[in-house]
Amino acid sequence: MMSTPMTIFQVAGRAMSAQLVRMNTTASNLANAGNSAGSAEAAYKTMKPVFRTSFDQASGLATVDVERVVTAGEAPTKRYDPANPMADKDGNVFDAAVDESRELVDMMETARGYQNNVEVMQTAKSLIIDTLKLGR
Amino acid sequence: MAGDSLFGVHGAALEVRSQRMGVLASNIANASTPGFKARDVDFQAALQSLEGGADGIAAATRYRVPTQTSMDGNTVELNAEQTAFAENAVQYQTTLSFLNGRIGQITRALKGE
Repeated sequence: MMSTPMTIFQVAGRAMSAQLVRMNTTASNLANAGNSAGSAEAAYKTMKPVFRTSFDQASGLATVDVERVVTAGEAPTKRYDPANPMADKDGNVFDAAVDESRELVDMMETARGYQNNVEVMQTAKSLIIDTLKLGR
Repeated sequence: MAGDSLFGVHGAALEVRSQRMGVLASNIANASTPGFKARDVDFQAALQSLEGGADGIAAATRYRVPTQTSMDGNTVELNAEQTAFAENAVQYQTTLSFLNGRIGQITRALKGE
């Protein structure tokens, strides 16, 4: 995919994009927590990104890509609620099974990961600027 | 390569520090990738292989042995990586100031001050 050797900025930048995808899935999951639907198929299912290392032989560096986003977690919970307008013919609705505390923990980890990559980028930038000023 | 040059060992040292910064950045980037194996550059081995003209820093890059294994097979320990990254940044700056000193020395000698 990449013809030129990978740089430290690409390593940190692509990792930040991957963490952002993860943050977006977490946001979707939390937003849809408590949603109900008329069938098990239509109910919202927890989404999770699959991270994959992308190794660059030329530079010996490795960054991370989101390979795909999968649905994970529990099956939707069936609840008897005949008064609900979305209830099926047996009077059941299906609640999205989103583990909210797990999502919150995931969100904190994502934020930490993103911050770490920002820190890496800042350090690399200032060291490169210092190197350019060599001899002045 | 570096033994008889203007900058002595510091030119090669800067190259190793720079590569190590990239390898540690890769570890930090992959902190939550399942199955990722953290790596680090053996500074001494890398410097020797650069000076000896061997295949360089890639040969001196080793897998890190984790003190605590995780269930997903990832061997990145974020606190250790952050410490190593900060340490390496300081060492890079040290090498830069050695180089700056050398450049200043040569410049003064050339100007005859």
